[in-house]
Amino acid sequence: MKSQSAAVALSLCALLAACGKKEQAAPPAAPGAAPTAAAPASKDLNVYNYSDYIAEDVIPGFEAKTGVKVTYDVYDSDEVVEAKLLAGSTGYDIVVPTLNFFGRQIQAGVFLKLDKARIPNLANLDPAIMQRIAQQDPGNQYGVPYMSGTTGIGYNVDKVKKAFGTLDVVNSWDLVFKPENISKLKSCGVTLLDTPSDLIPIALHYLGENPNSTDPKVIDKAAALLKSIRPYIQNFHSSQLVGALANGNTCLVVAWSGDVIQARDRAEEAKNGVNIGYSIPKEGAPQWFDMLAIPKDAKNVDNAYAFINHLLDPKVAASNTNYIHYANPVPSSLPDIEEDIRNDATIYPPAEVAAKLFTYAVVPPEVDRQYTRIWTELKTGK
Amino acid sequence: MNEDLRAALRRWLPQPRWGVIAAPYLWLILFFAIPFLIVLKISFTRMAIAMPPYTPVLEYIDDALTLRLNLANYLKLFSDSQYVVAYLSSIKIAAISTLLCLLIGYPMAYAIARMGPTARNIALMLVVLPSWTSFLIRVYAWIGILDGNGILNRLLMSAGLISEPLQILYTPAAAYIGIVYCYLPFMILPLYATLVKLDQRLLEAAYDLGARPWSAFWRITWPLSRSGVIAGCMLVMIPAIGEFVIPEMLGGPDTLMIGRVLWSEFFNNRDWPAASAVATVLLLLLLVPIVIFNRQQQRQLEAR
Repeated sequence: MKSQSAAVALSLCALLAACGKKEQAAPPAAPGAAPTAAAPASKDLNVYNYSDYIAEDVIPGFEAKTGVKVTYDVYDSDEVVEAKLLAGSTGYDIVVPTLNFFGRQIQAGVFLKLDKARIPNLANLDPAIMQRIAQQDPGNQYGVPYMSGTTGIGYNVDKVKKAFGTLDVVNSWDLVFKPENISKLKSCGVTLLDTPSDLIPIALHYLGENPNSTDPKVIDKAAALLKSIRPYIQNFHSSQLVGALANGNTCLVVAWSGDVIQARDRAEEAKNGVNIGYSIPKEGAPQWFDMLAIPKDAKNVDNAYAFINHLLDPKVAASNTNYIHYANPVPSSLPDIEEDIRNDATIYPPAEVAAKLFTYAVVPPEVDRQYTRIWTELKTGK
Repeated sequence: MNEDLRAALRRWLPQPRWGVIAAPYLWLILFFAIPFLIVLKISFTRMAIAMPPYTPVLEYIDDALTLRLNLANYLKLFSDSQYVVAYLSSIKIAAISTLLCLLIGYPMAYAIARMGPTARNIALMLVVLPSWTSFLIRVYAWIGILDGNGILNRLLMSAGLISEPLQILYTPAAAYIGIVYCYLPFMILPLYATLVKLDQRLLEAAYDLGARPWSAFWRITWPLSRSGVIAGCMLVMIPAIGEFVIPEMLGGPDTLMIGRVLWSEFFNNRDWPAASAVATVLLLLLLVPIVIFNRQQQRQLEAR
């Protein structure tokens, strides 16, 4: 067992510059020297977060305040982070998994139980959100929410108008799940997230079933629905769809809210004449939370607590939301958030929309297996 | 007595040449045998929600050492058609790509081998030059070329050849283009190496005996370049079977390859044992062409 985990750590280290850097910086401990209060505290912090998911001034601000050097690495899928976390010895001090992945990782024993006294800004968090998260993390013992968003419909305004003569269609999942609707957009390109764990619960919710159902027969209903629209889908991809939507290569996506909003901004910057919109369909959509957590084997725990605390500062949280267009869980940050973001119903959904949102649950391995199987069959048409 | 002792010692003490022999074996053991044994071990376990996410093979509880080998992962590979289909489709895609590489690479290698020394060096340089850029960037460049609004479609449309953009990106055709493009140098270089050594006098003799160029090619050049053809085909086919990045980025969702199945076992299902079983079977599949390749090389060495 030991040699195996050492080998994995070795290969991971080769991948991660962070790992090497940290080891160089670690002062050689004199054998037998008792740790004293004056011992130099570690000055490093290794953060692993989603790509395009933090404001540009947040890390420099933290470094200036604390003198800690932050090494910031990014990923584009929860699956990749999870594989690294389960292998252990990632070298990261903070990771940001999505709630339903986070729930399972808690069960696997990946994370450190948080010492809440060391994060004074926990008091800034929205209690309603903490209560929802407690369904997966009882007592909110292991994680702190970073951002939340929805999975909905992103569309090219002009192409949808041209196909339907109106934009009303985007307010319902009917646009995606009725073949007579989606077929009208086939020629300009339809792209779905390449994640069964998003699309299958959405399909189940649309069918009026429990989105987190674990009954194989119920899940098969979602498979049949997705299969009926498969001929009109050009591609499945989780990160390329931002670019494809922004440059007009695809006109309809089912994607994460902030990604679509970033695509809209990117198209505006490029002045390429592509107008992009995002909608949370009236039937309701998934709402997800990304969680800040500290792996058990983290080396720079003190700095990790300081960084989490920094992110929960209302000014910092506002800066992040202004930049990445996802909603943060710190209500006192609202006054510092730009007005058009604060009033954007797709980022801060009004109460009647929020009431229809649902969250993903941790599903057992056999359900995961069924999801993957459905997904492979769907994609390959076999 | 003293001499005998020295002779005995010499027999048992490590000799310098062992180091020379040991180096490649050490390399193989460290970077092939040990990782493979780890994968093999995981393939006999059962998945679990734990760190690492599988059960141990060896357990020592209450003075009893138990070895538990779980064969379910392998049985699943043969009972579920998805895996067989994916293996076959990988082999098909790799075989077609290899054939395309051969069809494009052979004339190129032939032409380069017939050039003057200066032109030849420049041509060889041009074959190798693209690999100075990162492989990933070159694959991304193909997205820009094949895109609906990409270079190729704009060129064809402005030339009036097509009125609607061609949908090439995210189709199997794009995956073939990417694989052939990336692996072409591996076909050209071994072909060039055999063709450049070809004795021109044999062809002259064939012509003197009345052979037409085409039959001279088939009866002299082709058989003599066969070792290059086999080496090139193996160098393209073996990595192409396990290819993941190119079909993932260029090929559409219906391009099913075993690399993708392995990915989803590992990342979507978090089923490391099943993923390890897929990888082990893939390795065994690849072993067949590798053994053929080795035997061919052996024969060639012996013939010399």
